[in-house]
Amino acid sequence: MKTLAFASRNTKEILRDKLNLAFGLGFPIILLLLLSLIQSNIPVELFAIEQLTPGIAVFGLSFISLFSGTLIAKDRTSSFMLRLFTSPLTSSNFIFGYSIPLLPMAVLQIIVCFVVSFFLGLSINVNVLLSIVVMIPACIFFIAIGLLCGSIFNDKQVGGVCGALLTNLCGWLSGTWFSLDLVGGTFKAIAKALPFVHAVDAGRAALTGNYSEIFADLWWVIGYAVVFVCIAIYVFTKKMNSDNN
Amino acid sequence: MTAIKATNLTKKYKDKTAVDSLNLSIEEGELFALLGVNGAGKSTAIKMLSCLAKPTSGDAILLGDSVTSSSLKVKEKINVSPQETAIAPNLTVRENLELICGIYGHDKKSSKEKAKNMINSFGMSEISKDRAKTLSGGWQRRLSIAMALISEPKILFLDEPTLGLDVLARRELWKIIEKLKGNITIILTTHYLEEAEALSDRIGVMSKGKLKAIGTATELIEQTNTEKFEDAFIALAEEGGVL
Repeated sequence: MKTLAFASRNTKEILRDKLNLAFGLGFPIILLLLLSLIQSNIPVELFAIEQLTPGIAVFGLSFISLFSGTLIAKDRTSSFMLRLFTSPLTSSNFIFGYSIPLLPMAVLQIIVCFVVSFFLGLSINVNVLLSIVVMIPACIFFIAIGLLCGSIFNDKQVGGVCGALLTNLCGWLSGTWFSLDLVGGTFKAIAKALPFVHAVDAGRAALTGNYSEIFADLWWVIGYAVVFVCIAIYVFTKKMNSDNN
Repeated sequence: MTAIKATNLTKKYKDKTAVDSLNLSIEEGELFALLGVNGAGKSTAIKMLSCLAKPTSGDAILLGDSVTSSSLKVKEKINVSPQETAIAPNLTVRENLELICGIYGHDKKSSKEKAKNMINSFGMSEISKDRAKTLSGGWQRRLSIAMALISEPKILFLDEPTLGLDVLARRELWKIIEKLKGNITIILTTHYLEEAEALSDRIGVMSKGKLKAIGTATELIEQTNTEKFEDAFIALAEEGGVL
């Protein structure tokens, strides 16, 4: 009950911020439309809708980190948090209260990307559903990044780290805007060591029906998600206790 | 019955002792004002009593539970209205109140009922659907106090509740606080001496981390051989005190 009450508040705080909606839904949709328009004029295999949709969906998830990180960072420096710290909420109430609303939001954001893609020519079939499910570990990874950044940084710093750095890293190193093979070398090696390109490739494999290729990439994402969830919980709990001292 | 008993409560930050061996006993239903100049240690004392900061040494028992070993039990009995207005800005007045009910374990039905009653008793019916961030400072502070009361705390900490309010809003809040007197134990910190004098049963004056004196306003005036409470406070805050 306590967790749900807190989660409900966090949902309202995020959804009632119009900038969140504009960036979280509007920006990925505009990119999807823009890149599809380029594809229609100058056909590029990378911007084919079944390649593009998972890339944009994963890119959109970086905004989930921004929303959650900003909310937590703002809360941490507010008197409202003092009130919550004197209430019977425990660390797990806080962690689940912040995380629970974000998972459906992240999934919804992916679904919206796919719905827009249907209008741009993406086939409606069971692979779409599989692709959405395959992206859930990526959702958890980005939620954990938000929890971690919100625990460490203030809201302005979260804007810089999640709003600028993470979105750019996610964009450049995910193989969405350009093929990693075009750059190759160290750049490609770094990209392959990070989860972004694996999240996109797992989504693409599911969407195109190459089921045997899904887990080669998905394990990377699941691994990153597990590690970052553990780090985020540890840092959040530690910061919560140190903020109280 | 004793509501709060602090024994040698101490808080040190590296080399600085913010609160030095605070010994204090407050009875149930009492309105106790804790005064002191900036940096005197009163906010740190309140933080320790409300489980926001862990004491370096010593302990405080709040209605039978220790702030060091049973902080979760203590938190169920207390509530705090922090110095700055502590509200969720994008939630309406009603939603803010229902949120606190939920956090203190009430179900949806009970939360709605309690929020409705609180809105009526605080005269907030007309603004109940307004988002908290759109309210004036006075209404925000009133909401903040209502949020502190809706969990029906046995001990309420009011940290400078009227700071920054105009004289009318301040007097309105005084009326609300006066209505609470006797029903719950209230610990009030304030820089407004007339507020402490008008509202409190007893006053404690802190200086340099130590509790220098304790008593009614009249007793403190007598103890310091002064004529006004303000002079008594200055005497206690500047000099060593009489305890």
